[in-house]
Amino acid sequence: MSQPPVRLREQEPSAGRHTLSVLVENKPGVLVRIAGLFSRRGFNIDSLAVGPTEHQEISRMTIVVNCAERPLEQVTKQLNKLINVLKIVELEPAVSVQRELLLVKVRADAETRSRVLETVALFRAKVVDVAQDAVTVEATGNRDKLDALIRVLEPFGIKELVQSGMVALGRGSKSITDRALRPIERGAAGSAQ
Amino acid sequence: MTDQTTTTVGPQAGLTGPARQGQAPSPRDLAARAPAREGAPSPRRPDGPSAAEPVLMTGAQTLVAALERLGVDVVFGIPGGAILPAYDPLFDSRTVRHILVRHEQGAGHAAAGYAQVTGRPGVCIATSGPGATNLVTPLADAYMDSVPVVAITGQVPSGLIGTDGFQEADIAGITLPVTKHNFLVTEAGDIARTVAEAFHVAATGRPGPVLVDIAKDALQAKTQFRWPVPFDLPGYHPVTRPHSRQVREAARMMMAAQRPVLYVGGGVIKAGASADLLTLAELTGMPVVTTLMARGAFPSSHPQNLGMPGMHGKVAAVGALQKADLLVALGARFDDRVTGRLDSFAPEAAVVHADIDPAEISKNRHAEVPIVGDCREVITELAAAFRAERESGQQADLSAWWSQLEAWRATYPLGYDEPEDGSLSPQYAIERIGKLAGPDAIYVAGVGQHQMWAAQFIEHERPRHWLNSGGLGTMGYAVPAAMGAKVGTPESAVWVIDGDGCFQMTNQELATCTVEGIPIKVAIINNGNLGMVRQWQTLFYNERYSQTDLDKAEQGTSAGTRIPDFVKLAEAYGCAGLRCESAAEVDAVIKQAMEINDRPVVIDFIVHRDAMVWPMVAAGTSNDDIKVARDMAPDWDVTE
Repeated sequence: MSQPPVRLREQEPSAGRHTLSVLVENKPGVLVRIAGLFSRRGFNIDSLAVGPTEHQEISRMTIVVNCAERPLEQVTKQLNKLINVLKIVELEPAVSVQRELLLVKVRADAETRSRVLETVALFRAKVVDVAQDAVTVEATGNRDKLDALIRVLEPFGIKELVQSGMVALGRGSKSITDRALRPIERGAAGSAQ
Repeated sequence: MTDQTTTTVGPQAGLTGPARQGQAPSPRDLAARAPAREGAPSPRRPDGPSAAEPVLMTGAQTLVAALERLGVDVVFGIPGGAILPAYDPLFDSRTVRHILVRHEQGAGHAAAGYAQVTGRPGVCIATSGPGATNLVTPLADAYMDSVPVVAITGQVPSGLIGTDGFQEADIAGITLPVTKHNFLVTEAGDIARTVAEAFHVAATGRPGPVLVDIAKDALQAKTQFRWPVPFDLPGYHPVTRPHSRQVREAARMMMAAQRPVLYVGGGVIKAGASADLLTLAELTGMPVVTTLMARGAFPSSHPQNLGMPGMHGKVAAVGALQKADLLVALGARFDDRVTGRLDSFAPEAAVVHADIDPAEISKNRHAEVPIVGDCREVITELAAAFRAERESGQQADLSAWWSQLEAWRATYPLGYDEPEDGSLSPQYAIERIGKLAGPDAIYVAGVGQHQMWAAQFIEHERPRHWLNSGGLGTMGYAVPAAMGAKVGTPESAVWVIDGDGCFQMTNQELATCTVEGIPIKVAIINNGNLGMVRQWQTLFYNERYSQTDLDKAEQGTSAGTRIPDFVKLAEAYGCAGLRCESAAEVDAVIKQAMEINDRPVVIDFIVHRDAMVWPMVAAGTSNDDIKVARDMAPDWDVTE
């Protein structure tokens, strides 16, 4: 995480990258239990995003880890042992929607602004703030798209950049949360399309 | 889109298992179901307010009421500011006995000792800050050895949390990596439920320590007490029933194996599966090895027991694992002290691994057949499946395997050399305690050479009769753990086998033992040294004895300064103090100690300082390179 963000991703092969959706009880201290488990068992977190779900008592973490299959199995088993963890699902890229948010402040003076805006349009990103010599661009997408945008913007001069962790949902009509809320029967939800 | 949209990971995913929140057992059920040791007094459970009639109480009163209804008959602790509100109603309890220890570490190990002999969770109580941090070592110890311990700590008032208040420590944060789970309670109304949950989590699944940290204002506030209370543990569903297909597959492999070994760990004792293991072993005719944590799970005297495997294991047990074609691991976790160098461990063996903790399976060694479940259910079903398989087929002939094992057993028995200077050999003293006190006594060891000798030279015949700190290796474990064990089974003789180094870490609890009437027997195997460390210095550091000599004796003699004088120390604590310096006195002094039952006894066995633990697999080397004595490797091709 301490490396320059622009270079970070290109060095890592995507083969060992796994996206875990972890449903947890919405209680104090859960994040530190998860983060602590990763650090003390020697597993690296690529990114972690956490937020509320449609159920007040459940939070959802999307954790991207970079490891081989066997350590992944150990990670999920250890996570499952945490009392506050309700459910873990691995989301395969091919059958899930995976998104990150990027905010990037790019140098853009009178001479370069139009070219920057052209790039923003090409990537279906948008400008959310304009200053005399810079624009702030907001973009969402998967990793590859955001990486590509960063690469194209880089020559103009990136002044500042921030990215969210990845969030992801499985494609289709199924929900992993309603199956975690056991007492509630939801007839139609969960039937395959 | 189809079902492949998402991939469910892990055995617990889905949360549609049988244990649903609404059907969670009540704490009363739980207390009744906890494996009670035969002959142990059943916990007293007073009648009290039922669910129908809530009673207004302070949080502290609900804590004590919950402990009473959970069947807790004894707690070990020390009061202090933040926990003080709890000590007031505890003073009135007619069923919960509080034993005032001298150091919180003693309370923690005592709770663990109590739990290990009774099978019921042991309870320790401490105040905030230093009281709580003093529990960290015993909690870590209980975590490594999967011992059900419930620790209750006071915390500064909730408004002060996070302000660096007096005696504030974030004990929930501190103990996160060394507890199965922990709770911080800031509302009086949550105390009873949380304590019930803590007992449930500690005692079920893979047992372990659970800490409940309670803010002082929550103890003081008024709340409605209801009992029983439903659990709120939606993410906790330990799997106890093994998968029948896996069991059948395991049974087929056991039928076909020509060199099988039952590799038995402490999980068998925790599951109360010793009798079932005996059935399975005799049914299959397979050799058994019992790990350090499993001594007593299978009788040492049984002809199929090859002994303890591992770093200081018997040659036959280590060799059996190395040459096996099938390991059936039951409640064992392939610890590095058992496997030696992992990449050369049991190279020809397929592995059946049964454990209640799915994360243990294939953690260190890949399992061809993983079985998640309670060891007792697994072993019972394995036996049934094996019987069924044998009706339709022929079990592989094990006679060649047994003749090989017998050859190793006959050629490389455990043994030791008598010191040339006529001083007492530590192994002899320990061996005689085992013989004279017999298999009914409970043996509690510290950590080091004496622990290994006690594991090796005492015949461990019964489960829950051998206690030691296996995983964490906590010096100072023995005296307080024995105190807890004696409280748990007052009718049993409890013998501590301790080293002089270990003993000096926690012997203050002898004061507790004397004052509270807990007559344990302590054998100090006194070589004036940190013996195991010294042994490594002898073997790996050119006999450079850096900081291992506790009494600065002259080289080659066993007469050190004898500081402290353990006999006088024992007497100062109100114990009987005895000393033994020669083999000739050993039996008499042990018998004398056995006669004294009105107070604790301490025997100071002055032993030779150069005795070493053999066999030995040096750390980080292969089990194949085991030495039976210094520079002496076994001949694996030996025949009878």
